[in-house]
Amino acid sequence: MASVIEGVSVLALDIGSATTRAMLFDVVDGRYRFIAIGQSPSTSHAPFNDISAGIGESIERLAEITGRKFIDDDQHIISSIQEDGSGVDAITASISTGETLRVVIAGLLSDVSLESAKNLAESTYARVVESISLNDPRKAEEQIDAILKANPDLIIIAGGTDDGAALSLKKNIETIGLATYLMPKDKRPAILYAGNQKMADEVRKTLEPLSSNLYTTSNIRPSISTEDLRPARKKIARAFVDVRKTQIPGVEELDMWAGGRMLPSVFAESRIIHLLSKLYGAEKALLSVNLGASAATFSVGIGDHLQTKVYPYLGMGTSISELLNYTSLENIARWLIVDASTQEIRNYIYTKALYPNSIPATKKDLQIEQALGREALRVAMEKTAKELPSDAPVLKKNLLPLFEVVLAGGSVLSNAPTFGQSLLILLDALQPAGVTTVILDKNNLLPALGTTADVNTLLPVQALETGAFVNLATVIAPVSSAKYGTSILKASLRRADGSVSTEEVKQGGFKVIPLRIGEAADLNLQPLKRADVGLGAGKKISTKVGGSALGIVLDGRGRPLDLTSDDIRRRELIKKWLWTLGG
Amino acid sequence: MLAPISHNLALTTIIRKRELPLPGEVIARLNQRVLASAVVAEAEFSHKHHLIDVARILDIKPKAAEKKIGDIRSGQHLSAGTVVATSGGLVPREIKVEQSGRVVAMGGGQILLDTSGKELALRAGISGEVTEIIPNRGVIIQEVGALIQGIWGNGRINSGTLHIIAEKPDHILEASQLDISIRSFVVLGGSCQDAETLKSAKDATVRGLILSSLNPSLLGLARKMPFPIIVTDAIGNEPMNETAHKIISTNNQRENVTVNAEAYHRYKGTRPEVIIPLPHADLPPTPREVESFASGQNVRLRRAPHAGATGTLVELPTTLKTLPNGLRVLAGRVKLKNGEQVFVPLVNLEVLG
Repeated sequence: MASVIEGVSVLALDIGSATTRAMLFDVVDGRYRFIAIGQSPSTSHAPFNDISAGIGESIERLAEITGRKFIDDDQHIISSIQEDGSGVDAITASISTGETLRVVIAGLLSDVSLESAKNLAESTYARVVESISLNDPRKAEEQIDAILKANPDLIIIAGGTDDGAALSLKKNIETIGLATYLMPKDKRPAILYAGNQKMADEVRKTLEPLSSNLYTTSNIRPSISTEDLRPARKKIARAFVDVRKTQIPGVEELDMWAGGRMLPSVFAESRIIHLLSKLYGAEKALLSVNLGASAATFSVGIGDHLQTKVYPYLGMGTSISELLNYTSLENIARWLIVDASTQEIRNYIYTKALYPNSIPATKKDLQIEQALGREALRVAMEKTAKELPSDAPVLKKNLLPLFEVVLAGGSVLSNAPTFGQSLLILLDALQPAGVTTVILDKNNLLPALGTTADVNTLLPVQALETGAFVNLATVIAPVSSAKYGTSILKASLRRADGSVSTEEVKQGGFKVIPLRIGEAADLNLQPLKRADVGLGAGKKISTKVGGSALGIVLDGRGRPLDLTSDDIRRRELIKKWLWTLGG
Repeated sequence: MLAPISHNLALTTIIRKRELPLPGEVIARLNQRVLASAVVAEAEFSHKHHLIDVARILDIKPKAAEKKIGDIRSGQHLSAGTVVATSGGLVPREIKVEQSGRVVAMGGGQILLDTSGKELALRAGISGEVTEIIPNRGVIIQEVGALIQGIWGNGRINSGTLHIIAEKPDHILEASQLDISIRSFVVLGGSCQDAETLKSAKDATVRGLILSSLNPSLLGLARKMPFPIIVTDAIGNEPMNETAHKIISTNNQRENVTVNAEAYHRYKGTRPEVIIPLPHADLPPTPREVESFASGQNVRLRRAPHAGATGTLVELPTTLKTLPNGLRVLAGRVKLKNGEQVFVPLVNLEVLG
């Protein structure tokens, strides 16, 4: 087929905490496709302290794989396609590496503007280390001292409805200005103002001489009951990149390569979820999860609503030891099917924190790593769920919304030896209910696709459709209060060749109906005993489904999943579930 | 592939930059010999301020308040009781300084005083010669000797004479081995697995403790110890790598051994390290900071099943290899010290050099 679009090849670079990835997208048979990926350990940390070496090596790997030259003899990027086929038309970049930003938030009411400022901070790789509000009983000088002690990379100022009262906000701005003035010039933080728009000029006048990185954006809390983070998210994304430019050599040059459009990886990921969720509509929710070395990131899209949360204390790298502040060693151990003492798990955690790039090399270590991944995702999912909009579509109170699609990435998931292991980690941790398509971002492409949307809007859509991601399974998880062992669902699958597969699932059961990638079929679901698969208690569903790596997974284990405390029985069950998914 | 390096060198030239986090005064002089605990630079580092809001106290507008403030300049030191402003009227009201301090900012009818005057002292962290002064920031110090880098430190620095208790790499340190006879020594202790041992080291007033490994439940206690503690190989229970053990144990009773237990920081590049000053004729080469994996390198295995073992990298991978747990990775062939040859993921190796 002739090309129907203007061909623009794109080299997307993603600088993670552990891994730097160089990904090539190009037009094949008239459609954009993911061509190949080159990977290298990241070099943002000592002794390199410059991302350039990792970028160079990942591009070199990509060149070896594709046979295409991207760097010229003078070590410069070839930024347009040459006659010999070398070079690329466009470069995009995303970044998640570096120390978590230390953020001070300031607002008026702690449960209104301060809450919104916190939500904004948590939409990127940041940690709130100090907050100032009207409810703060401290004197101004104590607040100044607290800001100085916090040593922030970024200060977010929110508060006041547009055209509302300004006096208290002015006091906060003065306190922050004074604290900033007292800091050494080369240590002054970036400042993002997202409060009462009437005060924006005053903010510029007071703070512009003090901070070389001052950003103003629309009010994140334009009224008491409305939160609007969208414009501010773009600004905080830019602020994040600008802070990284001052912290890590090589970032400024890469941002120039990318035409000043470098994005935080999580922002790029959430952009794709937002794009897809607008297509799916408000009745269905979409979820992307990424369990990276620097953080666990979750983005939920419901229609036009987008919620992004970054959990730096739930990453699988240096911060892995912080997981124990949110769960217990016993909770981690319950996912293992081998003997490992809590001491062994603890040792594993500290070794992993010391060597975040290292990988498990034994069967037992792999199980511990995957158990840690389950717990990190489970804790993050619980936290995310608490902040979802109250009108999000759910089957039952306290359960997750009906996720139409779950897109998952991060090395614990993408590098798991089998797709069955990847899927079981996700099902155990996230526990989706109803009918959900689970997709694995095997090459961690989602941030790259988010950045390419700036260059070419067709690229991410077509790359998503052309097999760059692995469709793991269509998961059917009925919600039922029936007794263990009672039949709760009959599923019947009619393939295009006329063959029919039927399965009955009992409460507590776990089954698979194979449907290969490339095949399509009609799926009929008949809930029994008032079980609910999405349309209401006992309501049938008939739908068309596509094939996937594992097929149709009937997960009758219950929501929420209740693991037995009997160690022997629990291990047998986990082994059986894994075996059902192919090991 | 780029390789992480851990320095375990019997003789090298060690150069360390020591900088204040903010501008200050450099105390050390060029070519001066310093001990690890010596203060080389200082800065005023205040996190305690006092705000005198003249406008609010007198209940007048900021512009009016500025006129009431006397002849006070930024940078001026004000003692407690100093009158900073006086109201007008028949019965003038005086506003006095409550706590002594230095004026750091003025404006809008307000005076901000720095009341802590706290000095931030930057210690050398390494014994040696000051070879360069970084104006207002710090120094560069050079020493010749053995260098052993660790994986964990409790944030303290000290130096003393080296005393060997761990004669073998797999030694487990016991409280009974730490008595008054090791007072003021830097001790090579082996692995520490119980709190009693740390408490005994404290009671014996050791100047530093070099451990192969530390039980993770003791990390909190170790941070509270008044002496530096360095872990060379693992959080858990592992022997010391043979290279490090050999270098340290062959320097028994060597003086001025520095234990800089600065915490490992991935981005700043700080690492806990032991430095043993040694006599020398010429300057030996400085350690290599960046290296790629290559055959013949001396390597340490970071993860199970051979965590802490050392050996020689004998073959680099050309294709991905499947590990026993199913992961497909780039793995190199390593000949361990005991002669056994094993495949190890490259990301689980570090070059010792």
